[in-house]
Amino acid sequence: MTWALNHVEDIGGLLASHAVLAAVPLLIGLLLAIPVGWLAHQQHWLRTPLVVGTGLLYTIPSLAMFIVMPLVLGTGILDPLNVVVALSIYTVALLVRTVADGLDAVPAQALDAATAMGIGTPRRFFTVELPLAVPVIAAGLRVAAVSNVSIVSVAALLGIPQLGSLFTDGFQRNFIDPIVVGIIACLILALVFDSLIGLFSRWLTPWLRPGSAT
Amino acid sequence: MTFLWQWLGDPANWVGPDGIWVRIGEHLVYSAITLVLAAALAIPLGLWVGHTGKARRLVVNVANGARALPTLGLLFLAVLVAGPLLPGDLAFAVPAILVLVILAIPPILAGAYAGVEAVDRQAVDAARGMGMVGHQVLLNVELPCALPLMLGGLRSAALQVIATATLAASVSLGGLGRFLIDGQAYRDYGQMAGGAVLVAALAMVVDVVFVGFQRLVVSPGLTSSVVTRRGLREHLSTN
Repeated sequence: MTWALNHVEDIGGLLASHAVLAAVPLLIGLLLAIPVGWLAHQQHWLRTPLVVGTGLLYTIPSLAMFIVMPLVLGTGILDPLNVVVALSIYTVALLVRTVADGLDAVPAQALDAATAMGIGTPRRFFTVELPLAVPVIAAGLRVAAVSNVSIVSVAALLGIPQLGSLFTDGFQRNFIDPIVVGIIACLILALVFDSLIGLFSRWLTPWLRPGSAT
Repeated sequence: MTFLWQWLGDPANWVGPDGIWVRIGEHLVYSAITLVLAAALAIPLGLWVGHTGKARRLVVNVANGARALPTLGLLFLAVLVAGPLLPGDLAFAVPAILVLVILAIPPILAGAYAGVEAVDRQAVDAARGMGMVGHQVLLNVELPCALPLMLGGLRSAALQVIATATLAASVSLGGLGRFLIDGQAYRDYGQMAGGAVLVAALAMVVDVVFVGFQRLVVSPGLTSSVVTRRGLREHLSTN
């Protein structure tokens, strides 16, 4: 593992761009999935087309998505924007169903109580429905985060630098060290994302903590 | 997008030893071998975990952890490590299948144990009351009742495997990924976009086949009655 010690700086740079390329689409995807998921939850007849339709996007292979993006966006093949847009699409594909399920699971009594207290529909959504749906949405977000970290590495086949570059580099030189380092770094990054989302979800739902008054 | 239709519309691209039909065949063969191997490992293990409740935490954590493994890195590592030990084409095919199996196991495993766990406890109690022993309960009651979730797991594994089998082309194997990799090498956008569309279409066709298969094998008692379905949903939401 002397190779890893000699290349700490390079690995750190790749890790940072990998983290950005995986995290930014997660936020964009979540922001897009909330209104679409809400629509699927609200309008019964829209649910199946929205959930199945967005779910189909996930069947597009990542390599194909990265290649087609420049044609659709008019960007260069090496533009990181391709990765961000492609992964945002995957995140939406995974999260629309989760958001709709999470909103479905909010107890009707809580909504009735809010209405009885005179809370209007928009405010009720942001202060009652969305917070109560956080545990389900967070669970879906964790799956999306872990899968994003893995998918970003495929972009190395097109030459976009991130941890996946260690895989292509090692493979071309028939040298295992960079590949092993890249896999471990990906696993650590996925673990960090997973823990951060878990902590954030706990912070947003103080009523679920053990010992809190129920 | 015209070059996409030009490429797909050219009959010369469909036939021959590196034509579209051959690539689709290769893609399906890789995917089928992978799914059979993964199911042979994951379904018995998932049924056992769901039936006995043993080692549940360990199996769930390992399966979830496996989802975080970057497939591309794993593929390159497997080819470099295992490749030199294997003769000819197997040097690439065996590591590629191995990596796809690792990808397919977590969803199949999750479907199998979640399926058994979601079986109505009253049905299991009734089976025991009728004098069935452990393996009879598992095979005659839990397994058929768990089929919808189990097949759901197999279905999402199939989608992931078909999408990811494109990476096999990056280690000089065949399959529809060839069009993506070769198209990129020759800057042939029609070929790249055509390959992408073909993989997505193949995934959708296989998904439809799975839905049909599910309708065929799942007991009508589990799907046709609204009462049963509501009962199952309530059971899932309370657990």
